[in-house]
Amino acid sequence: MSDTNQELQNEVAGLITSALNLDISPDAIEPDAPLYGEGLGLDSIDILEVALVVSKRFGFQLRSDDADNVRVFSSLASLTQHIAANRTK
Amino acid sequence: MSSLPLIAHRRMDAVMAWRGSTPVSVRQFLSEVDQVAGQLPPGRHVLNLCGDRYRFTVALMACIVSGRVSLLPAGHTPEMIRQMQRYATDVFSITDQDDCGAGLPVFRYPESLARSLENPVIPLIDSDQVIAQVFTSGSTGMPIPHVKHWGSLVRGVRAGAERLRITPEHALVGTVPPQHLYGLEFTVLMALQIGAALHSGQPFYPADICAALADLPRPRVLVTTPYHLRALLAEPSSLPAVDLLLSATAPLSQNLAFAAETRFASPLFEIYGCTETGQLASRRTTAGARWQTLPQVHLRREGEAVWAEGGHIEAATRLNDDIELVGAADLTADLATGSAYFLLHGRHADLVNIAGKRTSLAYLNHQLNAVPGVRDGVFLLPPEDEGDAPESIRRLTALVVAPELTPAALLHALRERIDPLFLPRPLLFVAALPRNATGKLPSQAVLALLATLQSQTANTRPA
Repeated sequence: MSDTNQELQNEVAGLITSALNLDISPDAIEPDAPLYGEGLGLDSIDILEVALVVSKRFGFQLRSDDADNVRVFSSLASLTQHIAANRTK
Repeated sequence: MSSLPLIAHRRMDAVMAWRGSTPVSVRQFLSEVDQVAGQLPPGRHVLNLCGDRYRFTVALMACIVSGRVSLLPAGHTPEMIRQMQRYATDVFSITDQDDCGAGLPVFRYPESLARSLENPVIPLIDSDQVIAQVFTSGSTGMPIPHVKHWGSLVRGVRAGAERLRITPEHALVGTVPPQHLYGLEFTVLMALQIGAALHSGQPFYPADICAALADLPRPRVLVTTPYHLRALLAEPSSLPAVDLLLSATAPLSQNLAFAAETRFASPLFEIYGCTETGQLASRRTTAGARWQTLPQVHLRREGEAVWAEGGHIEAATRLNDDIELVGAADLTADLATGSAYFLLHGRHADLVNIAGKRTSLAYLNHQLNAVPGVRDGVFLLPPEDEGDAPESIRRLTALVVAPELTPAALLHALRERIDPLFLPRPLLFVAALPRNATGKLPSQAVLALLATLQSQTANTRPA
């Protein structure tokens, strides 16, 4: 992974832990482990919360009729990729 | 025997639903209900898991016209599904998605249904017919069913629509699932029983909600929750027009209510109700803290408890909230409107409501202690911080004695049994719980232990 993407991934991990008040440090989130359900254990309320900070920070909106929506939240790495591809700021 | 029509629309070409921006006529709807009803397998009990609100509605009505009972458990965890099977051995699921039968026999919603009937008729349904069983958690680990008769549900949603001035011209979008009683009443039955139109979607992200609203003609109703409202209002871009906002499932702050009314240029009403009775009361949040019950619904104090009765309520029901009756000259019923007024001061201590999902600490404790390897354990609802907005979400904490289990293994086992929203965050392992000589767990001692543990983790948490 490029340094830019690594940097973005660290930032996204930090946004997730701070937005959700998670009791773990951002680098404890495994890049390829599921965010939903088993894995980090986020639920739909968390996802809405993360969507809010993502849209504020990166200037684009998440949509659930995106064919990729399930994939987007499948892991920290895929969320980072989705942000890299869609960010406007 | 009295009966009430399945839907209140007066013309066969009236629009009863919008699938995206495509209208569905009453004629087409009735014909699909008739076809689905004809294809259902023999079981009498149904778990309707359709994700598309229109298909959910067709399936529900197909069940009603064929005398089937829809089961509405508080969640769809594997344990909850097993409990539904124990409750009704013939239960099957109806689903419109792959891999979504929840382990029950599956009836797949038909992909294509034949053309419309020429002259469909609107079925009449016996008011006494049981159309659903809605489950609350109870305190023993077994969910408790609450029977829903057709007549009572219909009278309730008609009275609610009248109070909120929802008319046949309105179109309704909901962010809440129709499998939840609030969603069932306000996004499905209300649209059908006043002859209005429902939107088939269940939009989640703010951009989805805006797109669904934009699909509809005005006047539009948005049926939502404090969480979705807060997310919507955080959007910097302009929001589509809404003519009526409804919020329920959790308290809404006056600030958020004012912000929503200003941004949408629309009145906002909060709905109050419970699983046992469905909707009971509403208030315009910006106009004050006082709730007004539906016409003819009365509240009666008996010692510590407040009971609701009258109107669409079939049997007097004890409310699980801390309620203060208010009104003119100590009369709880306003003679002009047949309504009662009250203030809501919070929920009883054992009840938990997170993002609109309800359960009790007793139920959660039962499930926790039923996990093999757990020797003792207790769930706690941490005390509210002064600065928290009412719509901010408080998570549960659990203290557990389980020396042979890893946190991951215990969370995995709990995920099978309880809804993800109730999973403990944090889950703290301890050597023993501070039980007293009688085996009881004094809450002061538990909170003291929790405070000690939290100060330890605060010190050791990585920066």
